[in-house]
Amino acid sequence: MRDLKAVGKKFVHVMYPKKSSALLRDWDLWGPLVLCVSLALMLQGGSADSKEDGGPQFAEVFVIIWFGAVVITLNSKLLGGTISFFQSLCVLGYCVLPLTVAMLVCRLVLLASSGTVSFIVRLVVVMAMFGWSTLASTAFLADSQPPNRKALVVYPIFLFYFVISWMILTFTPQ
Amino acid sequence: MCLFSEFDDAANLLAGNPDATTISIDEPSENPKNQYGLLQDSRREEDDELLGTDDSDKTELLAGQKKSAPFWTFEYYQTFFDVDTYQVLDRIKGSVFPIPGKNFVRLYIRSNPDLYGPFWICATLVFAIAISGNLSNFFIHLGKPAYQYVPEFRKVSIAATAIYAYAWLVPLALWGFLMWRNSKVMNIVSYSFLEIVCVYGYSLFIYIPTAILWIIPQKAVRWILVMFALCLSGSVLVMTFWPAVRDDNRRIALATMVTVVLLHALLAIGCLAYFFDAPDLNVLIPTAAAQNGTIVATKTQ
Repeated sequence: MRDLKAVGKKFVHVMYPKKSSALLRDWDLWGPLVLCVSLALMLQGGSADSKEDGGPQFAEVFVIIWFGAVVITLNSKLLGGTISFFQSLCVLGYCVLPLTVAMLVCRLVLLASSGTVSFIVRLVVVMAMFGWSTLASTAFLADSQPPNRKALVVYPIFLFYFVISWMILTFTPQ
Repeated sequence: MCLFSEFDDAANLLAGNPDATTISIDEPSENPKNQYGLLQDSRREEDDELLGTDDSDKTELLAGQKKSAPFWTFEYYQTFFDVDTYQVLDRIKGSVFPIPGKNFVRLYIRSNPDLYGPFWICATLVFAIAISGNLSNFFIHLGKPAYQYVPEFRKVSIAATAIYAYAWLVPLALWGFLMWRNSKVMNIVSYSFLEIVCVYGYSLFIYIPTAILWIIPQKAVRWILVMFALCLSGSVLVMTFWPAVRDDNRRIALATMVTVVLLHALLAIGCLAYFFDAPDLNVLIPTAAAQNGTIVATKTQ
């Protein structure tokens, strides 16, 4: 129960990102795991699983999110960041929350219609949530970097959430 | 990092005054330079500009000392990421705008090769090519009745394999080849493996905006873009590696340069051919396409 409350509190922190060291100190990976699994599940059922060029498989989404988070953490540590390995993984994983919400909204919109209007709605929602994710993770991670290398650390985070947003936006149900 | 502070200071001094040979600790090393100065006098001026020969001895010595942490510690790998934002931006600028007569490695890298640029430029290029290819195919096939959009996610792994293989295996082969020629012919210039990886990584940067512009479904535009990008980054590569093979047999030097440019071109053309479908030739007959949808579709394949 206590763990559940901690996870819930972190979700709230992500939705209203303020610089709080509490999120960084008590890291846990439950939240990222739940978000990753739900995002990967929602990305299933896309066009033509049997053909070669379909959407990403469950394992592919999982690998991209975890491998991407590890690479970004290593990158920021190699550039001289002071944040610990698991703290960084925790923050990057939790900041996938806005994009998971975007995926949920996209699936609901696609249930209603799949024309141009729905595409524009999905585009706006995904772009807004992508911006939110990037800003939230930057707010938590930027302080632990040396000042003249901040852009070098923020760019891979931007790329990471951009790729996830692309996967969400190009999801087409069969 | 405090272990390396003294070496950092010395390296900073040298990086600050590349043309100064009058620092007192450098005097012993001036003599070796004058020993083969007679042979190289005719080329000394252009060498100095191209190579910064006067500091190459010292910076290579210090480079060896800088990376003396054992390779199983984290600090060893941190030395490859010892760059600031403005340095990365400068290196990217240097790879896109070749300055005639200036060598990319001596001007920008100066014995501080980094792995940040090559790694993240390759990652960005992989996703730029995959996403642009997907978008371009979507726009090309948009009006056709039989078309169903697919995200083509498999192509990301194929693009990643191709680009990372090019960015690591070609420098490895080139480095091995240059080392082998160095053992036969005395070259003034020799690059370390990481410097070659660095040059290749940064030279791939021009392909990122090229890949994005390849969304335009015109064959002529795409080929002009390929030629333009190839000229820019190819010239940076040629100007970097020409001093390293110039002293060699004329034919081998030329063959090496041609191979370098050819492989660079092959990567671009291969990506264009595989990820981007050929644009429609029959866009002028929309009504016929609507009536004979399938016939026109098969004709333009």
